Amino acid sequence: MTGRQLKIWGIAFQGIVAREVLRFIHQRERFLGALVRPLVWLFVFAAGFRAALGIAIIPPYETYIPYEVYIVPGLIGMIQLFNGMQGSLSMVYDREMGSMRILLTSPLPRAFLLVARLLGGVVVSILQVAAFLLIVRLYGIDLPAWAPLTVLPALLLNGLMLGALGMVLASTIRQLENFAGVMNFVVFPLFFLSSALYPLYRMEEAGPLLWWLCSLNPFTHGVELIRFALYGRIDGLALAVVAGSTLLFAALAVRGYSPARGMGSRAPSAAG
Amino acid sequence: MTVPALEVEGLRHSYGGNRLALEDVGFRVMPGAFTCLLGPNGAGKSTLFALATGLLQPTDGRVRIHGHDIMQAPGKALAELGVVFQQPTLDLDLTVLQNLRYFAALHGIGRREADRRIETELIRLSLFERRGEKVRALNGGHRRRVEIARALLHRPTLLLLDEPTVGLDIPARRTLIRHVHALCAEDGIAVLWATHLIDEIDPATDHVVVLHRGRVRACGPVAAVNAETGCTTVAESFDRLTAARPTADVEAAA
Repeated sequence: MTGRQLKIWGIAFQGIVAREVLRFIHQRERFLGALVRPLVWLFVFAAGFRAALGIAIIPPYETYIPYEVYIVPGLIGMIQLFNGMQGSLSMVYDREMGSMRILLTSPLPRAFLLVARLLGGVVVSILQVAAFLLIVRLYGIDLPAWAPLTVLPALLLNGLMLGALGMVLASTIRQLENFAGVMNFVVFPLFFLSSALYPLYRMEEAGPLLWWLCSLNPFTHGVELIRFALYGRIDGLALAVVAGSTLLFAALAVRGYSPARGMGSRAPSAAG
Repeated sequence: MTVPALEVEGLRHSYGGNRLALEDVGFRVMPGAFTCLLGPNGAGKSTLFALATGLLQPTDGRVRIHGHDIMQAPGKALAELGVVFQQPTLDLDLTVLQNLRYFAALHGIGRREADRRIETELIRLSLFERRGEKVRALNGGHRRRVEIARALLHRPTLLLLDEPTVGLDIPARRTLIRHVHALCAEDGIAVLWATHLIDEIDPATDHVVVLHRGRVRACGPVAAVNAETGCTTVAESFDRLTAARPTADVEAAA
């Protein structure tokens, strides 16, 4: 690759990420929504639940922890989950399909364009997480001082995985056209069948089937990756599962937008 | 010999199932020519656009833009192509300038050069003083003009417009049509303008491609097509070519 080509890719990459960030900044309701959701869980659900649920000392924690501390990584995961799905949903709507066409008629390679767009969404989700962590700290929940930095790579990877999953859904499942559908069939199962709200050993007590489902859920591993990263540690299994799932979803997403599968194929049914 | 800005050859497409959306479609658009792609709803215009922009892979046949095959050399072909899609594709919450800068970046145009070109295009379309406004604040006609300015930023040799006047009032339509004709005449850009509105054609200068049920029924300068059908106006030719049994009618007329 020549220097000139590299420069062109760099310009395009910057432009795509900048657009996602600009869109996010201009949509204040979206920003508030992204923050209010996890905060409600933290202030209301976790506060009520702490009395009911005791948590044994499990890694990465070294002492008994209040429930609010346990739930923080899960809520960070939730922010990224919603962000990834929102991206996919807006793509499903025709208005967004339009902007997808503008993206895909750029002369740069399609896989590069899609990955850049994906990273743009991840950057937005990291901004949301940063705001959430700030409030968490003000609320008085103790996290290591370096947590916002050590968690960054985990956020990047988890965000990529969920964003790619969103793209796959947007390109393959035509019926998933409203938010209720995505909530019922994607967000709720991924979130509740994970270690976001309760540790896996609790699920094992509840039943082997539930435990299996939770263990197989890639979102569980995303949450665990974040949980360990907040304490400056790496969960090897989680890292492997999240990295593997990211590659798989990204490959499927790129395939989903290939001309052979016809991303324009929806238009003619509606118009001439 | 001049390289055609757009060359469509033996193009066939089916969305699975038996019915062909396009059947053996072929025509050329030469540099500086304003060509109207005429066809009733369901004729296959949008399919043709999806194929010409590389968003869809044809079942058979090829599309070349300035000599580059859209499937084999998509990068080179797309660099020569400007598109205005039927549905709006601007980000409503971003300003005109932000929308245009985003597009310039997609084509690898650096910030300084992009701003220079954006200024030129916006001045031409009398929108320069509105560059800082959010697109949401613009009316339909102005939004379309921004989309045309955007489609020209990377200096394409071919401009595709898919029913660009849908939803516009008459003055906005006239402005748009006049502007795009000027692009052909002054800059030598080739234009393929899909429409089902006959009155958007200038019979003196324009070429037409009549598409009906996935087939090209006629193509060429307006006068030649009228002579072929034995009609005096494009509207009559169009009615005859898109009638229930067009082929027989044409043969009878010829």
